[in-house]
Amino acid sequence: MHPTESNFSLRFFPYSNSAILIEWPEEISEAILQDIRAFKCEIDEQQPCESVMAYRSLLLIYKKKIDFKETVKTLKKIYQSREFLNIKPKQWKIPVLYNNKVGWDLEAFCTQKKLSPTDLIRLHTSAVYRVFAIGFLPGFMYLGGLDQKLWTPRHSKPRAKVPKGSVGIGGQQTGVYPQESPGGWHLIGNAPVQLFDAHRKKPCPISVGDTVRFSSISEEEHELINIQVKSGIFQMKNLLEHA
Amino acid sequence: MLKVIHPGFYTTIQDAGRFGYRDIGVPVSGYMDAFAARFANALLGNHPDDAVMEISLKGPTLKFGINTRAVTYGAEAQLKLDGEIRAHFIPFPIKAGQTLEIGNIEKGARLYLALQGGFQTEEILGSRSFYPEITHSAKLYKNQELMLKETKVLPSGNAHLKHDNKILTTNLLAVLKGPEYDCLTAEMRKKIIDFTFHVGHENNRMAYKLEEKLSENKVDMLTSPTLPGTVQLTPSGGLMILMRDAQTTGGYPRILQLTEAAINILAQKREGDGIRFSLLN
Repeated sequence: MHPTESNFSLRFFPYSNSAILIEWPEEISEAILQDIRAFKCEIDEQQPCESVMAYRSLLLIYKKKIDFKETVKTLKKIYQSREFLNIKPKQWKIPVLYNNKVGWDLEAFCTQKKLSPTDLIRLHTSAVYRVFAIGFLPGFMYLGGLDQKLWTPRHSKPRAKVPKGSVGIGGQQTGVYPQESPGGWHLIGNAPVQLFDAHRKKPCPISVGDTVRFSSISEEEHELINIQVKSGIFQMKNLLEHA
Repeated sequence: MLKVIHPGFYTTIQDAGRFGYRDIGVPVSGYMDAFAARFANALLGNHPDDAVMEISLKGPTLKFGINTRAVTYGAEAQLKLDGEIRAHFIPFPIKAGQTLEIGNIEKGARLYLALQGGFQTEEILGSRSFYPEITHSAKLYKNQELMLKETKVLPSGNAHLKHDNKILTTNLLAVLKGPEYDCLTAEMRKKIIDFTFHVGHENNRMAYKLEEKLSENKVDMLTSPTLPGTVQLTPSGGLMILMRDAQTTGGYPRILQLTEAAINILAQKREGDGIRFSLLN
């Protein structure tokens, strides 16, 4: 992905007395995501705020009431001076056990899509996904880049309990439930990894803009990683791919 | 230390919230009615951001292992220390061995119990605010032990505070236009200001759903960041006001944004209470 050096036309919106929403054109685009990351990187260094990135939005939240006009003036200057260095996205590879026992909808999904489980696994593991947002739950990634053959509207009635680690497909997106929660996505497998842990130095090392791939693992490998997580020796850095 | 004899209906420890982790999907949390919680802290000379106990609907029964001073503020309920009635919003001493019983909430929705020096429960990601999967419990449970600060027992003040907490009686919520306000039709904009809305059955620390509906709509948008106080319009025309524990992103149009003061007011409303929106600027 090559960073764009041209400037987008941005909308600065006073979302609350202490928050500014910055919006890029409304489309799903890697160039936009990259531009948001570059801008956020500068803001994090220069502004006393926390920031949330999602698709074409960057929300800045300050602890205190701000002067909207003055802050926007400063932000526009920062935008002009942003650099595209140091924002190399990380590449992650997440192991997934695909079967009907942990992926409760796998069979039904395959039947509906007229695919064999092997085809489904091949399609799901061959794509490189981009993290377009993190939200809904701590560490829940909205992944873009799902093969069009796998697009499916979510369940009309969400399940009350989806197990932790479930890998699902919802609409044009795929993702992993980092903890047990209600959820409406079609479940096709389980990733035994601990994507979010409040007690880790970096509770969620994956960030918006990173890429994710999935790899198919056996029941034995699934069990082994499970044991690593339970005994506290699992490390997220094991999932990093080196370019 | 303090031991929970009965946890009450939904009791948590809250401070000013968890800052700096919303980019990984961790809600800010913190006092629902920040004004009341800070007022309680101020009455004890605590730091404004000290952790307090947030109590909803039915209060807990707590047995104290150390000497301290306490005060309640926000919603109102009967307080009994070893069976003797104590007044709301007037600080009183508690001795080791005494039991504080907080009854059903009679006025408002959330009562804050502050103790001198603040609750000393575990601090995770910079905050003591309870949240599932972050802190080890999401709400108080029976026999739970909470850490406190030992303080000298000071004589009980005999101040007769005359006080009227207007937050409990007002129903006007000041709002700003939200990022998708422009998607609303002229009719919807008019309804929002003219209607009295009512708090629905589903109302908690994550969100308040309102009874009345605007109209069905088909605004399609990408998942975007949200804030506590954001009023979302669902496809069926329902209104959902995000509160302190709300998720950090959402896919529904954000039509209005409550001011901080309005969030505090709403935090004291319960099912069936009426509210009106007042649009600023």
